[in-house]
Amino acid sequence: MVDVVVIGAGVVGCMIARDLSRFDLDVVVLEKEDDVGCGTSKANSAVIHAGYDAPPGTLKAEFNVRGDAMFDELCEELDIPFRRIGSLVVAVREDDMKELKKLLERGRDNGVSPLRIIGRSELLELVPNITSKAYAALYAPKAGIINPFELTIALAENAAENGVSFRFNSPVVDIGAGEDGALVVRTPHETYRSRFVVNAAGLFADEISRRAGAEPYTITPRKGEYLLFDKAYSDLNVVVFPTPTKISKGILVCPTIDGNLFIGPNSQDVEDKDDTSVTSEGIDEIIRGAKELIPDLPLGKVITSFAGLRAVSDNNDFIIEASRKVKGFVNVGGIQSPGLSSVPAIGERVVEILREEGLELKEKGDFRARRKRIPAFRELTNEERERLIQRDPAYGYVICRCETVTEGEIVEAIRRPVGARSLDAVKRRTRAGLGRCQGGFCSPRVIRILSRELDISPLQVTKGGKGSEILMGRTKEFIEPDGDHHAS
Amino acid sequence: MLEERKVTCVVCPIGCEITVKVKGKEILELSGYQCKRGTDYARAEVIEPKRVLTTTVRLENGHFLPVKTAEPIPKERIFDAIRELKDVEVKLPVKMGQVVHKNIVGSNVDVVATRSWVH
Amino acid sequence: MPARELVVIGGGPAGLSAAIEAKKLGVEDVLVIDRESEPGGILKQCIHPGFGLHVFKEELTGTEYAERQITEARDLGVEIMLDTMVIELTADRRILAVNSSDGLLELKAGAVILAMGCRERTRGAINIPGYRPAGIFTAGVAQYFMNVEGYIPGREVVILGSGDVGLIMARHLALEGARVKSVVEIMPYPSGLIRNVVQCLQDFDIPLLLNHTVVDIHGRDRVEGVTIAEVDQQKKPKLDTARHIACDTLLLSIGLIPENELSRMARVEIDGITGGPVVDQNMQTSVEGIFACGNVLHVHDVVDWVTIEARVAARGAAGFLRREKARRASTVQVTAGEGLRYVLPQKIDLGGELEETQKFFMRSLRPMDRARLLVRSDKGVVMSRTLRSVRPSEMISIKVKREILEQKGHLEISLHEGSERGA
Repeated sequence: MVDVVVIGAGVVGCMIARDLSRFDLDVVVLEKEDDVGCGTSKANSAVIHAGYDAPPGTLKAEFNVRGDAMFDELCEELDIPFRRIGSLVVAVREDDMKELKKLLERGRDNGVSPLRIIGRSELLELVPNITSKAYAALYAPKAGIINPFELTIALAENAAENGVSFRFNSPVVDIGAGEDGALVVRTPHETYRSRFVVNAAGLFADEISRRAGAEPYTITPRKGEYLLFDKAYSDLNVVVFPTPTKISKGILVCPTIDGNLFIGPNSQDVEDKDDTSVTSEGIDEIIRGAKELIPDLPLGKVITSFAGLRAVSDNNDFIIEASRKVKGFVNVGGIQSPGLSSVPAIGERVVEILREEGLELKEKGDFRARRKRIPAFRELTNEERERLIQRDPAYGYVICRCETVTEGEIVEAIRRPVGARSLDAVKRRTRAGLGRCQGGFCSPRVIRILSRELDISPLQVTKGGKGSEILMGRTKEFIEPDGDHHAS
Repeated sequence: MLEERKVTCVVCPIGCEITVKVKGKEILELSGYQCKRGTDYARAEVIEPKRVLTTTVRLENGHFLPVKTAEPIPKERIFDAIRELKDVEVKLPVKMGQVVHKNIVGSNVDVVATRSWVH
Repeated sequence: MPARELVVIGGGPAGLSAAIEAKKLGVEDVLVIDRESEPGGILKQCIHPGFGLHVFKEELTGTEYAERQITEARDLGVEIMLDTMVIELTADRRILAVNSSDGLLELKAGAVILAMGCRERTRGAINIPGYRPAGIFTAGVAQYFMNVEGYIPGREVVILGSGDVGLIMARHLALEGARVKSVVEIMPYPSGLIRNVVQCLQDFDIPLLLNHTVVDIHGRDRVEGVTIAEVDQQKKPKLDTARHIACDTLLLSIGLIPENELSRMARVEIDGITGGPVVDQNMQTSVEGIFACGNVLHVHDVVDWVTIEARVAARGAAGFLRREKARRASTVQVTAGEGLRYVLPQKIDLGGELEETQKFFMRSLRPMDRARLLVRSDKGVVMSRTLRSVRPSEMISIKVKREILEQKGHLEISLHEGSERGA
């Protein structure tokens, strides 16, 4: 019997888990994938929005503004990089200005500050290579960028350090009422009994809600594709949005906190909740859209493309409420943009809801709020590097050339709570394999390290969980003793 | 039976397409060549094509050692040679050039190490 | 900061060839730095023949070529530092490297030869749509897994790109019992050597599809297949010709990019077409004392030419080192000793124009009624003068004979109160 089961280890589920870990509770997070943050959390624009976009009165608006204000302290506690570089909504067409003024007013209604409309000359100072058609922009100097996966893993690590259990490869197949008012949650391998279940299952939150017999709603996956550019060709220092349309904020040109540039996302409803394929039409669309903002993009320096799916609910707003139908079941669904920006506020509200629903919240005396990130060799001074290598020589062995990631960091990423167990998990925690050669030099070495640390054969090392093993056999294994191969 | 075979010569980058008229094992006529190396190659390709086989074989320490046949062997026996080498295990240390398997597929050609390996 | 005479960054065929030649040309201190645990670079995974026809007059495998060079380098006394990554290079030839036993290493090099080789173009470079499953490799990485680590990357393989690496991999895979279903090439002709098309594809009945490319990759966890299509004159896929090939592995052999991050860091000018440094006939880059050779300079297809090129770079570097040594030996440093604020000029270039006598200008630190001015060389006092009424506000000048300067070394000029010599 546990106190809370959280379904989904995306950024929302991990935030809730971390907030709950402040209290004397038995919390389990069930995740169907092999690692945290494998859904929308790892494939989004990574922007902490100022909050002028969502209509006042919506949960989106309320949580965006509240969440945004909580980010600085959260990132400081979790030791993750976060930069408020500002954002621009650029006007290029004549009636774009009307939209900008609407957004300005909306922003003011939502309590966003500072926020103002700037003219072309100030725009040029911020983005010297902005399209010649741009004549004005809505400038929110405090909008921020973050690494959403880094946030997710930091939350999960901190939660785990404070006692939360994480179960991977554990999809919830059934939720029902048990005796004495508890809910019974079943995965293929285990059964949990819990008074409270928080549904943070992202794209699948509607199915979980239905399965539990709670309020029905529909989540429609809406795909957004992205192109990522080589760091050496990225010197933009502000987030550039186009004037938004009815369904999306549009195709951005945006720096990442790690120094790359990306363009995207487009916006396309899809059928399949697992369809994260990149399409050639999508690539063309985001290039066209991005060029309308910044015509000279380093298109020859794309290092990779990817796609994420937004979880769009049928009322187009967040669903954050205790179920009236199933006691103890809390829905946290439809968290699409500005979901990331709202995350700390969502965690805060869910804890409140659970308290109102009867969960006893006794503060832990030994809650460890602070978490230290894995030392990043590439960011340290030479003195710090020298000290680190003396403490652990593995920090002197560079594994990933493009991002200068050392063996020490990779081993640390594997050994920590909620540690990496696959190539992609190592990549997301350390950046090894994210650079311009996309793992060409480092992946054999990372496989060797994973094999050694996890005590498995290199043949068992996966890209991102079972079924994605990288290597298929040992040399000589496929040679048939009396096969019918022949040279012609 | 008269046959006309086309052979792409690989001796030099020109890559002449040499046509060989052959009856059984007897070469009747060659055309399309530009030099003697080409005709030699085309003759061999048609009568008895040979290839140097390069592959790896297992070492006693679990790693794999790159090896080659010291001379070309009949092309049609390549896979037999591969099969014959499948379960060979070479003891350490090995020196580059050392014979690690004798008389592959009865061709009188030995298989030699193409690098040294100490341990 | 320790000074090394010649530092070669990269211990593959380019670096080793340069190091060997430098030694033969008389450079005494040659250090090769390589990031792997064995030297040889890309040759370690080239178990196939086709190497050495010009340099060794024999046909060798890549591994044999490498071993011959490693042995020769070691015999000549080249120092090879392994498992070491160079992370910084400056224009004044300061190198920052790191390994786990020495930690951080800072070196000042007399001359540097860049031999870092190249990396492979990845899927992102050509934006192949689809999923990102396991089973997509660049051909070189697959070759490394097979020939160095001993693992087979896949059983049913499609290869995109008919460059030599892709063709060689087709044969490696076939010989290991894997099935290569097709080599797909966007151009109307294969980009690798004809020899390889014959001996890697035709020998094994592997179809070569010209004028085609991969337009989609299927499979979420592992590759399940690819969609290929014919391309038009503008290399755009004609989607009505699309067809599916089931496979579990896609190898990409779509080009090589010289690896010039360190070069850029050192402000070496890069040629936009080759992707490598701009060099003169001695392989010297736009930064004095920094030379380049091999794949880092431009992509090669025959290793013998890499060796020839590396020898030119070594000759260039050796020449540079000789001239620098001569220049240092022919510079006299002049310093202000006791009693003087400064002396000008501070150095004499013996390689330049020299008069019969050289005038030096200086200022005293304080007023002196009578003072003794001394000029000292490495051998002792070579000149002295008595001066009266010395004031800091009044410039002092002396003439020093050329013969004194030609003795080289170091001169110190000092001023002492009174008529006594020295202190």
